[in-house]
Amino acid sequence: MLRRLFPHPYLTLTLIVLWFLLVNQIKVGSLVMAVFLGTILPHLTSAWWPDRPIIRRPLGLLAYTALVMWDVIVANFQVARIVLFMPKAKIRSAWVTIPLDLRSPEAISLLAGTITMTPGTVSSDMSACGKALLVHSLHAPDPDEVRDTIKARYEARLKRIFE
Amino acid sequence: MTQTFELAVELFLAAILVGGGIFALVGSYGLLRLPEPMQRLHAPTKATTIGVGAALLVSALDMLPQGGGISWQELLITIFLLLTAPITALFLAKTLLLRHEDPATLPETGTGHPWATLGEERPDP
Amino acid sequence: MILTYALIFMLGCIGLALLLNLVRLFNAPTITDRILTLDTITVNAIALVVLYGVWSGTGLYLEAAVLLALTGFVGTVAYCKYILRGSIIE
Repeated sequence: MLRRLFPHPYLTLTLIVLWFLLVNQIKVGSLVMAVFLGTILPHLTSAWWPDRPIIRRPLGLLAYTALVMWDVIVANFQVARIVLFMPKAKIRSAWVTIPLDLRSPEAISLLAGTITMTPGTVSSDMSACGKALLVHSLHAPDPDEVRDTIKARYEARLKRIFE
Repeated sequence: MTQTFELAVELFLAAILVGGGIFALVGSYGLLRLPEPMQRLHAPTKATTIGVGAALLVSALDMLPQGGGISWQELLITIFLLLTAPITALFLAKTLLLRHEDPATLPETGTGHPWATLGEERPDP
Repeated sequence: MILTYALIFMLGCIGLALLLNLVRLFNAPTITDRILTLDTITVNAIALVVLYGVWSGTGLYLEAAVLLALTGFVGTVAYCKYILRGSIIE
């Protein structure tokens, strides 16, 4: 019964928190509206999200978020340096193929998002079978190194969290 | 005690504002300077996000020196921008792949299937 | 006091960034560049609105920032979808 009423409990919780952030005040009326939206929206969108995602280690996800935030800030300086000071002819952009070990769609989309937010790389496409990512790197003298870094630093952690 | 705290917060916020402004400028400058279309995708999607993030952080904390609380609505915008920036970048990259990139320059997928944007059988959007 | 000067500095940076975006919008080499520039303009505009809110000391401008973020994202994705597949809603 409870499972049918809330097909995605995490989504319901997130929606309630988001509604409070949106109205920016804590009132009983807002709580009613938040619970109402948190109940009805997962049902309206359930056609696009049939399975419940499995997160084995929620704490690992928090640590991962912190790691990514730090990487975004640090690596932004590198991109700023390339954009501002590197001569145009010396920028070596490269396409990199990343074979995926992850299988859960949520984990793959999180990995693709991470790759895009970490400066210097943009995830551009996926193979038709969903087992490889196409990544464009702004300045990669050694494309293999980019692939190994992404696999070791992000994919391995996501695999531990989701699978 | 409170005076030094106020000064520290103000200095911290000022540093964030200056850094964020420079990053936002670098992002837009990179959009003009970089020669290849795929390279141009890199500068704004990220450097600009850092710039907006800085503005939002300052907006959330700027009542702190006067003894006010933290405003949480900025968090919502920050989360939204962080979630949507990769999606925008992915769509733009797909558009570039389809319209302006030579498929011969792309690497192999290594799985026997073509890249999704270029393949004949398109997956469901 | 320091905060005011930093605020002016960042407002100047964002304004200059918007000018650069405008130049790019006029001489964009590909259509994708134009979409990318429009997206960047939206993000810069959000920063401008938020900073103006800090400047005038009210939280009212945040609502405008939320709306800009929402419509900007949907607009960019719709443009890309149109170029990719020839229609927006399938």
